[in-house]
Amino acid sequence: MDVASEHSTDHDAHHGPAKGFTRWVYTTNHKDIGTMYLWLAFAMFLIGGSMAMVIRAELFQPGLQLVQPGFFNQMTTMHGLIMVFGAVMPAFVGLANWLIPMMIGAPDMALPRMNNLSFWILPFAFGLLLLTLFMDGGGPNFGWTFYAPLSTQYAPPSVTFFIFSIHLMGLSSIMGAINVIATIINMRAPGMTLMKMPLFVWTWLITAFLLLAAMPVLAGVVTMMLMDINFGTSYFSAAGGGDPVLFQHLFWFFGHPEVYIMILPAFGIISHIVPAFSRKRLFGYSSMVYATASIAILSFMVWAHHMFTVGLPLAGELFFMYATMMIAVPTGVKVFNWISTMFRGSLTLETPMLFAIAFIVLFTIGGFSGLMLAISPADFQYQDTYFVVAHFHYVLVPGAIFSIIAAAYFWLPKWCGRMYDEKLGKIHFWWSFVGLNLTFFPMHFVGLAGMPRRIPDYALQFADFNMISSIGAFIFGTAQLFFLYIVVKCILTGEKAPACPWEGAEGLEWTLPSPAPYHSFTVPPKFED
Amino acid sequence: MVELNLTKGYWLFIALYLVVPQVSADLKYNMPVGVTEVSHAVHSLHMTIFWICVAIAVIVFGVMFWSIFHHRKSRGAKAAQFHENTLVEIIWTLIPLVILVAMAVPATATLIKMYDTSDADVDIQITGYQWKWHYKYVNDDIEFFSTLSTPADQIKNEAPKDTNYLLEVDQPLVLPVGKKVRFLVTSNDVIHSWWVPDLAVKRDAIPGFINEAWTKIERSGTYRGQCAELCGKDHGFMPIVVEAKSEQEYSAWVANKQAEKEAAKQAAAASATKEWSHDELMAEGEKVYARICAACHQPTGMGIPSVFPALKGSPVATGNVQEHINIVLHGRPGTAMQAFAQQLSTTELAAVITYERNAWDNNTGDTVLPQAIQAVLDKQ
Repeated sequence: MDVASEHSTDHDAHHGPAKGFTRWVYTTNHKDIGTMYLWLAFAMFLIGGSMAMVIRAELFQPGLQLVQPGFFNQMTTMHGLIMVFGAVMPAFVGLANWLIPMMIGAPDMALPRMNNLSFWILPFAFGLLLLTLFMDGGGPNFGWTFYAPLSTQYAPPSVTFFIFSIHLMGLSSIMGAINVIATIINMRAPGMTLMKMPLFVWTWLITAFLLLAAMPVLAGVVTMMLMDINFGTSYFSAAGGGDPVLFQHLFWFFGHPEVYIMILPAFGIISHIVPAFSRKRLFGYSSMVYATASIAILSFMVWAHHMFTVGLPLAGELFFMYATMMIAVPTGVKVFNWISTMFRGSLTLETPMLFAIAFIVLFTIGGFSGLMLAISPADFQYQDTYFVVAHFHYVLVPGAIFSIIAAAYFWLPKWCGRMYDEKLGKIHFWWSFVGLNLTFFPMHFVGLAGMPRRIPDYALQFADFNMISSIGAFIFGTAQLFFLYIVVKCILTGEKAPACPWEGAEGLEWTLPSPAPYHSFTVPPKFED
Repeated sequence: MVELNLTKGYWLFIALYLVVPQVSADLKYNMPVGVTEVSHAVHSLHMTIFWICVAIAVIVFGVMFWSIFHHRKSRGAKAAQFHENTLVEIIWTLIPLVILVAMAVPATATLIKMYDTSDADVDIQITGYQWKWHYKYVNDDIEFFSTLSTPADQIKNEAPKDTNYLLEVDQPLVLPVGKKVRFLVTSNDVIHSWWVPDLAVKRDAIPGFINEAWTKIERSGTYRGQCAELCGKDHGFMPIVVEAKSEQEYSAWVANKQAEKEAAKQAAAASATKEWSHDELMAEGEKVYARICAACHQPTGMGIPSVFPALKGSPVATGNVQEHINIVLHGRPGTAMQAFAQQLSTTELAAVITYERNAWDNNTGDTVLPQAIQAVLDKQ
């Protein structure tokens, strides 16, 4: 905080954004970079989404109609990779860029040049990844979890490009995480102690540590793949003394924290929106912080619940079952706290609040199926079926993605100084809500009835619910084009927004004018709890 | 406006969540109860945890929707000031903990039972291949491949689909009822997963490692499953069919199978010494090619660029015959090309190699006889 106060007053007010194209290439401004992250994430969301449309169109009826199995596998793989690494993660980094400095009363991020680099790596990483689709042999076709040896000995030649692209994404994420940590630790307004930080800041701080711990493991595992494919090692090949299951242990040691990387910032967002529209302080602030930290710690001890069928020893199976069930406790605490915040509040249901309530309900449903999946003997029946697909889409779509959409509606007035159209926002919500449940709820049933995931064609008894899922997916997909329209309309012609358009919203970001000035806080604000 | 919207949405929500499971119960859209003691236990765990979740959901969402309706600003609700209560936090940490412990006890018991693979009456070695299953009856010296028998025209929507579309195989795995059967699961190439829902058995087939599982089927019948781990292009096309027979029928089947094997051996010996004409080999080879090779190399012989090499005009299929025979017999290590020496008879091998050397304008005019294959095998 001293850094901010010494430097900000003398050399700050006199430079605004540069003009033209170079503004975006050379920018070190947290708002510009945040904006670019968010647009990149949205573009990736639409690209990954159109791949989902291809998948659902093929699965509309039994039989092969539109695509061949090989291409279908490329679509499922790319859909997963693009949505996880291209849509959800960059969107959260974009939100972190925009919001963290404003929330803690800082002028910018702590490491602005690195911030620029960590963004500009991404378009190249995803360009590379998408290009593999046009290479000989096609793009990655081994699922987003890329289990060896399918992804090593049996992979298409483009796999090396895929590995390089994962390396780039990892670099970007690690730099982003370092930046977030440095900013939060060093640049808070005077008086903002750790236990007074806004929850979005807290959840992102914890997420950043998860990223720092998990991404190098991913980088390691893809490097081992690279060695197996190109340099004759046998990390994952039993014929050379390696072990294919080692791949899964390493992958999920990254992969499980990764799923919390995609949900903890969402918890933070919901913890801002629910109190704002309940006009009541968040219930149980400190328990929220402790619950988030517990989830983060537990996330490193549960990875093998993704591998219950690989033949773990009984003791391992039991350990991972118990540890996984434990996660329900802190997650439950968070849900109870949000509901207690609403309880005896004074509620209004603007668009961000609708998305937040849907988040709580539907994420909890995803949590319930997660609890069911934790029961290892039952997991033998659920593993690798559409029940799992239903589960993780319930935590990711109405979880991560709804929280991002809610955040966009909630902070859009602050970002562009204009209000979105409330009526259109509500239509977007109900349109998405119906589409999403039509898509993913039936997947529980086909999964329980025995439909494996990642298949381009299925037995006749799964036909009716698959058709419903496909119709739901088309409804959900078009709703997101409508979202694009709403956002563009807001930026271009929305009504002027006041500094704080929400009656119950609290936090330093709302003390700034709308749109927020190019350098957020040139003088550290006085923070009072 | 807001309220109207929400009310409508709320009823839609209720309708979706109440009606859909009702309908689905009739259509058997739930986990099958299955036909083993373990599958019953798993099903009951599944239903217990499901109803626990429903109960929690009713309470939690009940409170939430109650406040959404009653604590609305439009209804004049004034926000209360409370925002902390340590006692409440402790209570709602402890209650879930107790529920979880209660759930963990039966789950642990079932899991311990599932892991007890001792004292098996029958041992079956299951090997996953891209994209078929191989079953070996370890005690009875029987082994065979089990491949999808749904015809391609049904998959391409050129013929009406059968009831068991994609869930039928040429040779099912036959198991005795009431005997403890142990599965030794492994793979020849990538990771597969052997899953039959009615038995509640799912085990990954991992190359280089052997996993164990077991079952004891209570009722005779046909039970169908599928590969559950993405294993490449035709992952969706390698089903599993288990036929459970009474003990007498099973013994009869084993005896029959062994007799068949003996007969096949003699037939193979006869055909190996028979004078095959070029045209006979071509006709036989076309059948073998369609059954075994076409999944990768395609019926046109064109393969899939950069994934599965073309045979049409390829150096292997038009070049040195010995080299061609070697690759078919021993595969290409580290690629999807399997070793077929043990999978096919000498006649089948000779026929398919002859076919590959002459189909699709390869026209080498070569005829590879079963005796030539036998000579190569004898040398090793």
